[in-house]
Amino acid sequence: MAPVLELRGITKSFPGVLANDHIDLTVEKGKIHALLGENGAGKTTLMNILYGLYSPDEGEIFVHGKKMEIHSPIDAIKAGIGMVHQHFMLVPVFTVTENVMLGEEYVKAGGILDRQKAADKIREISDTYNLDINPDAYIKDIPVGMQQRVEIIKLLFREANILIMDEPTAVLTPQEVEELFKIMHTMIEQGKSIIFITHKLGEVIEIADKITVIRGGKVVGSTTPEESSLSELASMMVGREVNLVVEKTESKPGEVILEVENLKVLDPLGAIAVDNMSFSVHAGEVLGIAGVQGNGQTELVRSLTGLLQPIDGEARLCGKDITRLSPRDITELGSAHIPEDRQKDGLVLGFPITDNLVLNTYYLEPNSKSIWLDQKQILENSINLVENFDIRTPSPLTPASSLSGGNQQKVIVAREFSRPIKFLVASQPTRGLDVGSIEYIHKRLMQKRDEGCAVLLVSTELDEIMQLSDRIAVVYRGKVLDILDAKTATKEWVGLLMAGIIPSEEEKEKLVSKKKQILMI
Amino acid sequence: MEKPQEIKKKSFAIFWDEFSKSSFLVILLAVFTGIVLGGVLVAITTNEVYDAFRVSFLSGLGTALRTAWNTYVALFTGSVGDPEKISLAFSSGDPLAIRRAINPFFESLVQSTPYIFGGLAVALGFRAGLFNIGVEGQIFIGAVTGVWAGYAITGLPAIIHIPLAMLFGAIGGGLWGFIPGILKAKTGAHEVITTIMMNYIAFRLVDWLLKFPMHDPNEFTPKTPWILETAKLPRFFDTPIRFHLGFFIAILMAVIVYLLLFKTTWGFELRMVGSNPNAARYAGVKITKTTVLAMVLSSALAGMSGANEVLGVNYRLLPAFSSGYGFDSIALALLGKTHPLGVILSSLLFGFLRNGARSMQLAVGVPIDIVSILQALILAFIAAPAIIRTIYRLKESKHKEELVSLSSWKG
Repeated sequence: MAPVLELRGITKSFPGVLANDHIDLTVEKGKIHALLGENGAGKTTLMNILYGLYSPDEGEIFVHGKKMEIHSPIDAIKAGIGMVHQHFMLVPVFTVTENVMLGEEYVKAGGILDRQKAADKIREISDTYNLDINPDAYIKDIPVGMQQRVEIIKLLFREANILIMDEPTAVLTPQEVEELFKIMHTMIEQGKSIIFITHKLGEVIEIADKITVIRGGKVVGSTTPEESSLSELASMMVGREVNLVVEKTESKPGEVILEVENLKVLDPLGAIAVDNMSFSVHAGEVLGIAGVQGNGQTELVRSLTGLLQPIDGEARLCGKDITRLSPRDITELGSAHIPEDRQKDGLVLGFPITDNLVLNTYYLEPNSKSIWLDQKQILENSINLVENFDIRTPSPLTPASSLSGGNQQKVIVAREFSRPIKFLVASQPTRGLDVGSIEYIHKRLMQKRDEGCAVLLVSTELDEIMQLSDRIAVVYRGKVLDILDAKTATKEWVGLLMAGIIPSEEEKEKLVSKKKQILMI
Repeated sequence: MEKPQEIKKKSFAIFWDEFSKSSFLVILLAVFTGIVLGGVLVAITTNEVYDAFRVSFLSGLGTALRTAWNTYVALFTGSVGDPEKISLAFSSGDPLAIRRAINPFFESLVQSTPYIFGGLAVALGFRAGLFNIGVEGQIFIGAVTGVWAGYAITGLPAIIHIPLAMLFGAIGGGLWGFIPGILKAKTGAHEVITTIMMNYIAFRLVDWLLKFPMHDPNEFTPKTPWILETAKLPRFFDTPIRFHLGFFIAILMAVIVYLLLFKTTWGFELRMVGSNPNAARYAGVKITKTTVLAMVLSSALAGMSGANEVLGVNYRLLPAFSSGYGFDSIALALLGKTHPLGVILSSLLFGFLRNGARSMQLAVGVPIDIVSILQALILAFIAAPAIIRTIYRLKESKHKEELVSLSSWKG
């Protein structure tokens, strides 16, 4: 039998970049095919070609053994190919039914929308695949995981047989990920085929039937989870040996550096984003803030770094209240900040690396004397930091905009870590980075902790939190639900809290004993 | 790792690479393309060309080329000088003839001077993320305060009076710019709107001042009194050459603006606010203070442009004296990539075009407006570099060209 989908020799170049270099890919019916690669490896370009958003320079696409010309998403849908985008394409104020029928409306005589008929079909699909979707719910009222299932329904509604899922787990809690995986299994049982795009190795091992690894626009290998291991996949993806496990020594917590008490912060729209949060961070420990994105983490970080003024409560850094201080005052108290959005807040992209490395110390000796910048010193500083922090750049005078994401982040880390600091806020420090850069930044963070720095790590990546933290504070809707000891906390426990569920004592014991069992094994 | 000197050398190579790839070459080609298209325009608006085409295609083409060529020759001799005349004058040895022959070149420099001040004003604003459309109004206010200091303050030696009058011009313009600056900082009012409004207020205010408080009683039409000898910017040659000290003051200001922007901590803050206000806030810069100061300095430079004209060229203030220097300045600051050196070069281009246009009209009867069209074409090509890149099949520069960040537009 011919494979469901076959790509042969797909090549696509953009000015100066060969994004896809003769890529071959065969997807078989009823299989989950993982497409693994770092950011910029060419996964998205390939899928955009398949979905008709780009046309390839060379190569052919076969669907069910038949050669197809796909020039637009409409052609793709006709060929039975559907895509769940990383960012959902839903109208929040429409119901599920309305969103699903958008673009393919059922009408009664006289052009009146037949919502009932569509809703029935949605119910039917929902039952077949265990999607648990209420067709009459409004998108704005349902959780992210369910919104994603609506996206899936949209494709099933249009009778797609090949589903492309672009980083579908990025926005989900661990429980939601598990549910999604169940749904994916149901779908392949029903004869659908799935292309699963990701850079998370664990998920690939867990769910994929077949794995294709792409690096630098080329297929570097195909394998199956049975024949492969995490570290093998990682080195295939990165092209060298990668150390996946963060080496973590026992933490030696010292005095309290940051103490947050009943902090209340509003978001830009005036809604309460941080609701009476209290916690403390000690010298030499990492406090991880776990939570699904949008539960007050951004506002918390901004209020602790002087970018947003809390309406109530206190935050004391080394005993000094910082809630009314400016960003510069807080920096001068010995605090460092790796911002959530490095391009928006952390860097001036048009400036060279040299200037970005002194972005908040340019006015201090030795970078300047009175009003004059000491450009020789700034250049020497950058030469040192580029070397020490392994920033890959042709020259320290290259603008930050032409660096890769990982190297941009290294510039920020180099700048913040090269000052004597007592407190560090790291917000999503590895978001969107490749495995190699993640490894490097984790190593640096742990090093800072061991030097006695208090670290507040905010991340939506649960694995990152679990690996690096000494204590884990889980936030949900602006509140700290619980602060767990990382030694006993399990992924399931944190996951429940992330979803806003506080486990009972019994459940807790069960979760902890499970962890102990795992440790014993 | 390499030594700093080597990196500097390498950095120059990178700079040059980027410069030639991204902007400089595009600017040169834009000027070139503008001139070619301007020639075409001249040809198709000349009747003789049509007459010649009626005779034969070849003669039509010849006439078209000749007409365009003659126009540009006239433009050249009008702005730089006629080489034949110059050599004749020098061989005759008559000082007046020599001065007449070389006058076009110096007159072009005189025309360029207000552009340099104005262009620096706009460029400084752009660097701080401010779109100062109010340069024209600030020029008028600077001219008023400058001319007042020129005629009303008496009994000073020239060495004090001249700098004082220039300073008055700067202060006048600076105060005028302070208003939109503080409005933006305190209320968020966008400077594009407020500076445009401030322009109208400035124009009418100057009209009123010329008619009443500052009116020279010896004149019927609205004019201010002549400034004192001690306030006049000294000229370097006798008549008819009007070339005066203002040109060198403008160059000096360009150097100062360059040092300020690129060598001081304050310039660092200003550019940070201009290219990424979020990062500037993150880095601890006080955005409001920087914004107001940048607006004041920008308008002070514009004010100096006005003062320069009354103290160096006109010696009194007449209505509508500026005729759009302020608006041209916006264009030429962009043309100069908001760099002081670029501003000087593009100001010279504009000054030479403007000066040459007049004699072009006299010599070959091509309307002066062709120069405006030429400027417009050049600017259009620079604003849309994709056109130039397509025509000449240039490679796109690696990263996005960030000519100016007008992030303030979105608030």
